[in-house]
Amino acid sequence: MSIAARFSIAYPGFACEADLDLPGGGITALFGPSGSGKTTLLRAIAGLERWPGRLAVNGEVWQDDSRFVPTHRRPLGYVFQEASLFPHLTVAANLDFGAKRAGAAASRVSLERIVDLLGIGTLLDRKPGHLSGGERQRVAIARALLTGPELLLMDEPLAALDLARKNEILPYLERLHDTLEIPVLYVSHSPDEVARLADHLVALDAGRVVAQGPLAETLARTDLPIRLGEDAGVVLDAVVAERDAEWSLAGVDFPGGRLWVRDTGHEIGSRVRVRILARDVSIALEKHVYSSILNTLPATVREIGAESHPALALVKLDAGGASLLARLTRRSAAALALAPGLPVWVQIKAVALIG
Amino acid sequence: MLNPSDLAAVWLTIKLAGLTTLLLLLVGTPVAWWLSRTRHWLKGPVSAVVTLPLVLPPAVLGFYLLVLMGPEGPVGRLTQSLGLGLLPFTFPGLVVASVIYSMPFVVQPLQQAFEAIGERPLEAAATLRASPLDAFFSIALPLALPGFFTAAVLGFAHTVGEFGVVLMIGGNIPGKTQVLSMAIYNHVEALEYAQAHWLAGGMLAFSFLVLLALYGRQWRRSP
Repeated sequence: MSIAARFSIAYPGFACEADLDLPGGGITALFGPSGSGKTTLLRAIAGLERWPGRLAVNGEVWQDDSRFVPTHRRPLGYVFQEASLFPHLTVAANLDFGAKRAGAAASRVSLERIVDLLGIGTLLDRKPGHLSGGERQRVAIARALLTGPELLLMDEPLAALDLARKNEILPYLERLHDTLEIPVLYVSHSPDEVARLADHLVALDAGRVVAQGPLAETLARTDLPIRLGEDAGVVLDAVVAERDAEWSLAGVDFPGGRLWVRDTGHEIGSRVRVRILARDVSIALEKHVYSSILNTLPATVREIGAESHPALALVKLDAGGASLLARLTRRSAAALALAPGLPVWVQIKAVALIG
Repeated sequence: MLNPSDLAAVWLTIKLAGLTTLLLLLVGTPVAWWLSRTRHWLKGPVSAVVTLPLVLPPAVLGFYLLVLMGPEGPVGRLTQSLGLGLLPFTFPGLVVASVIYSMPFVVQPLQQAFEAIGERPLEAAATLRASPLDAFFSIALPLALPGFFTAAVLGFAHTVGEFGVVLMIGGNIPGKTQVLSMAIYNHVEALEYAQAHWLAGGMLAFSFLVLLALYGRQWRRSP
């Protein structure tokens, strides 16, 4: 179960040589600034644009030198930036459009379940013109899923929405993430969306694949920190283990231990993501007991890399198998004699719960 | 009032315009679809040819059609060798000439309607397993429906009003090729102004109502 894609894309003012090997499950973010080629790549994978290359999904060749399976014969779902619902059909007819054409594949998914998952049960009789932007996009996602696709492609599905609508849809996408078994390629230039949703990251810049790999691992690279936004940092999957009502804190467990974060109402046992920026992590050789810092964990130094400014160093640490990044001055790193393999204590000043 | 030959002319005109419109919708739809989607170098030349009847004097168009369809013309030779005889001065000849003459009035609204749909709904249809033909019938046609209405109305009305081409190709044979505009012309020539008024006034009213229906509809659609 995997996706192998290789494309040579070239038009005036832009060239892209992409060679991707993507996992057959979870959400893979194609992340990069505008004009980095993410959407073109996604359209090439869908067969909406034809560029020289080779594409195989789950061992099935969709395109090579002699073959080009047209879009309507590819078992995929596609969500455009604008919902692109058919304006002359009701929501129910829009949902039915792909489902009835997909035949046997569509029977793998249940209409009730998808409608429920995306919360569109009350909209079925309406025309797209009478829906809000967020509702339209939820219908579009449901419409794509109801064809029973083997691969879901999403082209910045939230980019055309305002912040309130984004926040309305993100929980639905997170639910999809937890329940979908098919791989999702998610194009985005938003660091927040990537941090919240992605399991796997492909970073693109000016038509080049800069890095690809599992999200946490790729974000924790010291040679080439992929910045989600301003700062380097890591994203960790964790589970809510304890809620402390007295202090309004929630204890979330990740392989490296327990982190205390502000309690935002997540139930015990629910899966959450936390984001820790390198600038909020400091390193000590001994455990500081008398400190205002709540989260102190044992870890091991893995690598020491350069930061953008010559005064700084980016240190990669291993905490129970999970990677953390710390940004220190090179002077501090030298004073502590940091070296790969050294056991240390990390002090984490801020942990952001992102979903 | 209208005499039997006037009524025959009115009926013939309606038959001609109706048949022409029907044929034009059948022929014009694929042409308009192709023009709206293609990036082929032939798009320019084909657009120009389709639009020619709009700017050409009807007499010029009628003259060349007469030459083409006459006994010495390539079309005339073809129809003769197929055992169909010659087209000029027959009703089928009038239909062929009208189809060419009214082509731009049908193709242009259709092309605009198809262009207004854009690529996106068809791409969405393709990602939902619809073949190009399927997407054309299930998405493009319904979305372009107002364009079809405009095209049919304009094609019909324009054919009803033709004169020069009909004069060249059809002659003026009562009951066979004598259409409304011919009948008006005959009445005026014979100084039968009352008769001419009935037909001409009827035409005026008809054309106005057609345009009113068209623009009234557009006005309602854009609140």
